[in-house]
Amino acid sequence: MNRFAIPLLAFVVVVAFLGVGLTLKPRELPSPLLGKPAPAFELPGLPPAREAFSSAQMRGDVWLLNVWASWCAACRTEHPLLNRLARAGTLRIVGLNYKDDAADADAWLQRFGNPYTHIAFDRHGRVGIEYGVYGVPETYLIDRHGIIRFKHIGPLTPDIMQHRLLPLVETLNGDSA
Amino acid sequence: MALLVAAVGGAAGLSLTALERNINLFFSPSQVQAGEAPDGGVFRVGGMVVDGSVARGEADLSVNFALTDTAATIPVAYTGILPDLFREGQGIVALGAMRGGVFVATQVLAKHDENYMPPEVNQALQAANRGKYGGGDSGAPSLP
Amino acid sequence: MIPELGHFALILALLMALLQAILPLYGSFANIPAWVAVARPAAYGQLLLVALAFAGLLYAFIHGDFSVAYVANHSNSHLPLLYRISGVWGGHEGSLLLWSLILALWSGAVAAFTRHIPDRIAARILSVMAMISVGFFLFMLLTSNPFARLIPAPAEGRDLNPLLQDIGLAIHPPMLYAGYVGFSVAFAFAVAALLGGRLDAAWARWARPWTNIAWMFLTIGIALGSWWAYYELGWGGWWFWDPVENASFMPWLAGTALLHSLAATASRGAFKAWTVLLAVCAFSLSLLGTFLVRSGVLTSVHAFATDPARGLFILIFLGIVVGGSLALYAWRAPALAAHIRFAPLSRETALLINNVFFGALCFAVLTGTLYPLILDALSGAKISVGEPYFNFLFAVIGAPLALCIGVGALLRWKRDHIARLRRQLPAAALVSVGAGLLWPLAMTHHPYSLNAGLGLALGCWVMVSALLGLRERSGGWRWRNLAHTPRSVYGMTLAHFGVGVFIIGVTFTNAYSVEKDLRMARGETVHLAGYGFRFNGVSDHRGVNYDAARGELVVSKSAGGGRRTIALYPEKRTYLVQKNPMTEAAIDAGLTRDLYVALGEALDGDQVWSVRIYYKPFIRWIWLGALLMAGGGLVAATDKRYRRRARSAAGEATAVPPQTAGQAAAG
Repeated sequence: MNRFAIPLLAFVVVVAFLGVGLTLKPRELPSPLLGKPAPAFELPGLPPAREAFSSAQMRGDVWLLNVWASWCAACRTEHPLLNRLARAGTLRIVGLNYKDDAADADAWLQRFGNPYTHIAFDRHGRVGIEYGVYGVPETYLIDRHGIIRFKHIGPLTPDIMQHRLLPLVETLNGDSA
Repeated sequence: MALLVAAVGGAAGLSLTALERNINLFFSPSQVQAGEAPDGGVFRVGGMVVDGSVARGEADLSVNFALTDTAATIPVAYTGILPDLFREGQGIVALGAMRGGVFVATQVLAKHDENYMPPEVNQALQAANRGKYGGGDSGAPSLP
Repeated sequence: MIPELGHFALILALLMALLQAILPLYGSFANIPAWVAVARPAAYGQLLLVALAFAGLLYAFIHGDFSVAYVANHSNSHLPLLYRISGVWGGHEGSLLLWSLILALWSGAVAAFTRHIPDRIAARILSVMAMISVGFFLFMLLTSNPFARLIPAPAEGRDLNPLLQDIGLAIHPPMLYAGYVGFSVAFAFAVAALLGGRLDAAWARWARPWTNIAWMFLTIGIALGSWWAYYELGWGGWWFWDPVENASFMPWLAGTALLHSLAATASRGAFKAWTVLLAVCAFSLSLLGTFLVRSGVLTSVHAFATDPARGLFILIFLGIVVGGSLALYAWRAPALAAHIRFAPLSRETALLINNVFFGALCFAVLTGTLYPLILDALSGAKISVGEPYFNFLFAVIGAPLALCIGVGALLRWKRDHIARLRRQLPAAALVSVGAGLLWPLAMTHHPYSLNAGLGLALGCWVMVSALLGLRERSGGWRWRNLAHTPRSVYGMTLAHFGVGVFIIGVTFTNAYSVEKDLRMARGETVHLAGYGFRFNGVSDHRGVNYDAARGELVVSKSAGGGRRTIALYPEKRTYLVQKNPMTEAAIDAGLTRDLYVALGEALDGDQVWSVRIYYKPFIRWIWLGALLMAGGGLVAATDKRYRRRARSAAGEATAVPPQTAGQAAAG
């Protein structure tokens, strides 16, 4: 064998491993909460004017919990998608305003639009801990029995919306029909 | 040529032996609670510091806190100065061993790492980097 | 408007690079001089265009144009100017742009300073470099555009990560990249030689100064990174075997082997295949480093996959560049093998051993870095490789390497005699062993440390033999001889001397450091390693873009009622935008010891704090050693002998068989 080909072979092996790493598609985090009941919580609404929110009031509905903050630039990129979703009236979206300043959050919504039917104000991120929020934004899809069916970390994209989230919402809505 | 083969073989052998003895496995609190972690052996555990669980010693630098992956929670004991980004509700990784039901940590990391980013460091930093969202791997943040 | 112009300049730069990649290469084989002649102007044009793009981004940063997403994410209107500038390379997209700019600078330099190289060969070199540029431009334009807009623009930017708001880290990436990218020149030389199927001693002499300079930058870059980690991360370590650090260390190891291998090729025409392979490896590892660190694949497979587009691009690009060049190597290298005879005891053997040692070190780091990744890919098991792995291997491989450096520096080309060494080595050995045995006794504050003794012995061995080597090559200590000794010999001596200094620094710091984490009340005094540290409490302090709690510690010598005191002011900063606490250590630096204090946190109101107090002897020697090595690289690169001979060799090489030219330079 040509000994000068050894480096090439070694490199091919390394690339093969990197390739395997790519095909594993571990983008979906195995969240310990997937398929489990969403932690129940009650929080005040976003000051000054919004009413308090309790997860109990969503029972019987498929809904989206979107963790966001005004300091989060990535939230901006997904925000138009949420606005569109809200306008289409597909499902109700609850915003969990995470470790944010109320005035900033309010101004932010005025500027970019408000897709949320309710906004829970999680000033110190306590509810975030129960949901295992690692960063903002994060989005959870919760079914009518209060079970978390889908979790997305990072900004939503049209692709995820179209191919993952909406079909799932349809199935979940269909289940009980 | 023989020299070369011997050297490469020697280096590979040496590396693998050393590797064998120096890898630290990573476990989540759930796995630790389920008894999957080696008893008494050194390993890493990662999760979030439970809000309100941090208790400091009176006279020294000892500190106790609870670490959770939201499914299970384990107690952790540590003596020393905690990293800058250590806070309640914050993701951390600790290196140590289980001693009588308590994870005794020799090292606690809340790393400044763009791939292991606490919310405050903020994924927003990566906003325009589509999907280059840190903390993507809740399981295994890197060790310095 | 300016960002759009920058974006446009980037697209034009891509086109220019395509031109530079294709025409000259084709022209060099098809014998079309007009196409060959495209190479240099295209290189200048590409440099100009990338510089324009870079200037566009810089402008957006300086003027705080937050409608550019990248600027909004990495800057803020309260950021000091210096960090607004360094913010340009504070994130992924901007670092890629900096990379491309530096690559274009190297291309431009190659175009300007290779007049003595035959046009066809220079054209091929520039063409290979342009191919790399094309890859980077495409990567930026397709997946990571630094000029992407964020509409509507936010009122304020998210600020630069506070960790990066530091002078050390502002200049660290440019240095590091200058090194990484500099290896692309050696790489392009190697690929051009493989393409042309001819590689002679003249080729090696042309490639040498470029490699030296790149290696110097990389050495400085790594040393800066280590120094930065030491004072900025707040816990006094200088090297963590972090995958990110390893990624910069691997090309350095390969590059060091390359430097030495080039010496043998340039002087004796030996180890051609080795040299080419090392050139390919050094740059491939640089690419792997930049890309994988940036994509996060080294810290976790998952991060790699969070953006499949980038991951895939990286994989394909690496496959083409590295796979292509290695395939070329497998195909062409057999023709390079020249049977240069040398005795078992000769400088050639020493350099061969050097190559093997550095290869082994590089392999060890690569294994330790990639193993967690591979295991994760295969089984999903999450592991990390601990520091002891690396420390153990570097001690086991490094110690014999240091012994060999000492002997190797003295050896002559072709054949040497043991009798000659017997006259020189015992003195060096005696000095080293004596120093190693006695010194630890002199460190009265510390228990006898065998490791420190060994380190000192090895360090002295390397330094003394470096000086003996200088005497040997210059023909004695007389001034006339020294003045006529080529610079490359001085470079080598300086660099080897630096290795000795480095070894002493590392082992002494490890053996004699005293580190204490303490609980200190205001007014309390603690004694450590012969110093008294009095804690005078903490007060509030306001910085430009941060608030700080500033502690005061007054240090005095414990013994002798020392009157001279030093005040140290460690800080705990909170940056206003990102709200991260940051530890700013206070350091009293000295040649023989550093005193290092850092604040932990307030434990009892403001009266009691946790405080780190470290005594770090000889830690400066670590970076001093690295600087000496870098200086050695620079001095050797300026060797006039190479440039002059290279020029004449350019004409020679076509007519004269390479061996002759090689021996002429062997001196």
